[in-house]
Amino acid sequence: MTNGCGPKFMRILRMALIAISFIAAPAAAGADPIDDALARFAGGSFDDTQAGIEALVATGHETAADVIGALGEGNLLFRQTDRAVFYRGPDGVLREARSGEPSDLAPATLQSVRVNNRVRRAVQGAMGGLTLMSPDPARRLSAANATFRSRDPASLPLLETAIAQESVPRIRTVLVEARAALILPLSAAPLEERLAAAEVLAARGDQAAMVALRSVPTDAPEELRAAADSAIATIERRQTYIAVGQNIAFGISLGSVLLLAAIGLAITFGVMGVINMAHGEMVMIGAYTTYVVQQVIRAYAPGLFDASLLIAIPSAFIVAGAIGIAIERGIIRWLYGRPLETLLATWGLSLVLQQAVRSIFGPTNKQVGTPSFMQGSVEIFGIGMTLNRVSIVLFALTVFILLLVILHRTALGLQVRAVTQNRRMAGSMGIRTGRVDALTFGLGSGIAGIAGVALTQIDNVSPNLGQGYIIDSFLVVVFGGVGSLWGTLIAAMSIGVANKLLEPYAGAVLGKIILLVVVILFIQKRPRGLFAQKGRAVEA
Amino acid sequence: MMKTGIKGLAGLAMAAGLMAGTVMSASDARAQETIKVGILHSLSGTMAISETTLKDVMLMLIEEQNKKGGLLGKQLEAVVVDPASDWPLFAERARELISVQEVSAVFGCWTSVSRKSVLPVFEELNSILFYPVQYEGEESQRNVFYTGAAPNQQAIPAVDYLMAEEGVERWVLAGTDYVYPRTTNRILEAYLKSKGVADEDIMINYTPFGHSDWQTIVSDIKSFGSAGKKTAVVSTINGDANVPFYLELGNQGVSATDIPVVAFSVGEEELAGLDTAPLVGHLAAWNYFMSVDTPENAQFIETWQAFIGDENRVTNDPMEAHYIGFNMWVKAVEKAGTTDTDAVIEAMIGVAVPNLTGGYSAMMPNHHITKPVLIGEIQADGQFDVVWETAGLEVAQEWSPYLEGSRDLIADWRKPLECGNFNVKTGTCGGGS
Repeated sequence: MTNGCGPKFMRILRMALIAISFIAAPAAAGADPIDDALARFAGGSFDDTQAGIEALVATGHETAADVIGALGEGNLLFRQTDRAVFYRGPDGVLREARSGEPSDLAPATLQSVRVNNRVRRAVQGAMGGLTLMSPDPARRLSAANATFRSRDPASLPLLETAIAQESVPRIRTVLVEARAALILPLSAAPLEERLAAAEVLAARGDQAAMVALRSVPTDAPEELRAAADSAIATIERRQTYIAVGQNIAFGISLGSVLLLAAIGLAITFGVMGVINMAHGEMVMIGAYTTYVVQQVIRAYAPGLFDASLLIAIPSAFIVAGAIGIAIERGIIRWLYGRPLETLLATWGLSLVLQQAVRSIFGPTNKQVGTPSFMQGSVEIFGIGMTLNRVSIVLFALTVFILLLVILHRTALGLQVRAVTQNRRMAGSMGIRTGRVDALTFGLGSGIAGIAGVALTQIDNVSPNLGQGYIIDSFLVVVFGGVGSLWGTLIAAMSIGVANKLLEPYAGAVLGKIILLVVVILFIQKRPRGLFAQKGRAVEA
Repeated sequence: MMKTGIKGLAGLAMAAGLMAGTVMSASDARAQETIKVGILHSLSGTMAISETTLKDVMLMLIEEQNKKGGLLGKQLEAVVVDPASDWPLFAERARELISVQEVSAVFGCWTSVSRKSVLPVFEELNSILFYPVQYEGEESQRNVFYTGAAPNQQAIPAVDYLMAEEGVERWVLAGTDYVYPRTTNRILEAYLKSKGVADEDIMINYTPFGHSDWQTIVSDIKSFGSAGKKTAVVSTINGDANVPFYLELGNQGVSATDIPVVAFSVGEEELAGLDTAPLVGHLAAWNYFMSVDTPENAQFIETWQAFIGDENRVTNDPMEAHYIGFNMWVKAVEKAGTTDTDAVIEAMIGVAVPNLTGGYSAMMPNHHITKPVLIGEIQADGQFDVVWETAGLEVAQEWSPYLEGSRDLIADWRKPLECGNFNVKTGTCGGGS
């Protein structure tokens, strides 16, 4: 060290020392910044709390991450009398905020620190910075993502260190992208670095990258603005293709919901020819069965909760199927060949069932939980889909294939087809047509019941659940061609996809109307639907 | 067997009579001894989910009043009818309540279309309706007392809060396709533009009643919110459509810290059917939340849960509106000394009763009441945490100053004006532009 550069060097050193001292937790005597910071949390206003977060991060105290994490979860508490602050860690133990030592205070004497969205955002930003170096890769990844979202220039030095240390390529990429998002709007940074940042973000190519690219200030150098603009244009072009793919994915998802709702009707209406207005109520009963199954599991076997829907499927099939058989034996069998009376009777029945459920369970919505494996979403090639929807698509196709197998590969299926094609001949061949009728109706109702299990994941569990699906179900079955299971599949999928492709342009209300008009025109042209049944059976 | 059955029944009836404290000598004498109160809420059909609770809260209020000795020395008697979520049926049932049952006042309706359907009936037969739900305003009628919020008592403060506290610059106005969301969004759009929000920063979206497939709309909201400016959703989505909407928000990962949703029709009852953990931080604007910490509210919740026999039942804003409305009506009847419609309507203006948030709500000359405005954030337990409230009480602007045609109108039902749509420019009653 020479004397010449002494004063300047000393100044830098001093600043560096201050910076380090902020990060490395000084145990300063006198007015203690940690106590000051913690006392802010007991201040009562959101501004105080936010200031407390910033102050606590600046101290770099060892419990800072735990305290701020607990704040985000609503687990930070304080004592009114002396403003002492406590937190409840992920292990559920109440600890003293300063020392992290367990405390044996009664929680009733404490008040929790209140949180609003602004404080939550501050928590996210702070946690991003505090957990970037965490030994747990999952925590590092979420910290990297949080830093990307918060775009807080103050975290730049930390980010540089984190990039240098990071060994997992996926996390490193996110960190580099986060750094790029920070550097891009920074006028102090060298131009070539900012240009490189624009490239990094262009390579990321999603909506979040576009947000970051738009942060280039208008007074930035021409070159940089042009680079950012062209990157935005590229991403936008890509996004339009993705949007089409996304809409088709949404359409398939909607189509599978329609398929599920309609497939039971494809049997009772399509195969048997019964206009069953109470079909929607079978779906609703399936949904309520799921609710009851979950309540029982919650009460007696909480460990099985993730399997609750799997248990609900056979239960819903049995309950709805049994009710279906009872309806067929009690009402519908007296009305075969009288479509108008069937329509009125089943319509009345649907009202009775709705009101019965309302009286038993009450008019308010019931909460059906989502198993953990169905929460969240997946993204493939930029096309996102929530996991519950993916599960429903797979489930709908499984049900469809099973039904196809039952109708075409089993004795019952053969009998069903025989009875519906020519009742008298089937009867004279020794088939008990009455029994087959009951079983077929039970099968259709049971399938409607398991559709209800799936619908609990995307819709209200209320007495009105079924009403919303009855019209769509008839539409799908008629459009597909009465009596054709494949027609039902194709019709459900095409209505779903067409609906979703129309929706961005026409809006949800008009889109639905346009679709309805198109289907009506189509039925005018081809009254028997997409897959019309041919042969003598049609005349019967 | 049959005999004991009848005897048992008679005994029961007698016990009921004794309990009610009335001596039933003859049925017509009994009819004169009670004051009848009509309850016009759907107990079946789509709206039953919301309105059944209001019927129950009215029964509770009437029972409580009877315990206190009734009104004008007489017992109150509830007359419940079911308009079954069928709008024309609302008018028929209202007519039945007023002319056949001869009720002194009616508490009822939820949707604006049901209110519009009964208006001519109340006018023609000259009776009183208490309407407990937040609505779009643009109305003031002599026979109706509006105990829910007008847009300036709910929507406008919510937007102000988002602008000031969350720094929102880009707005999605999402609603169900009917009169309340359309009018409210018209007012909000005009208000936002008056605050300098550009056209391209407002996205308006309508969906049918009971819409359940929110994939496209939530994904549109996400991309609308990715333009670099802070974005919020103002939701006037009504009824059953809310649950799938919030489910989709949670599943697509739209968190309140990124894009907050402030709702005007989502209260504790609606959240009861939902797992609210993914929704923490989304907002609602109301004049009452169950979580408000006042002795009046604690008392109300206790009475309600005891009445309904379920300690998990929640309370909500329209229930408070009925609480206020019913107490106002009781006070006005006591003041007038009669249940005669004209006398009570005159006595209503100026009546002030305690609300459940620690203040007094007063009936103003425009037949609307003063209310505090609260903004709450959804918590993981399905309750709201109040993050902001108005300093005092807001007076309702039934005619919005932000809309062409309603700007110059005022309502004042005191003498000598007695007009619900007085045009201050032309000086005539009858609105008219």
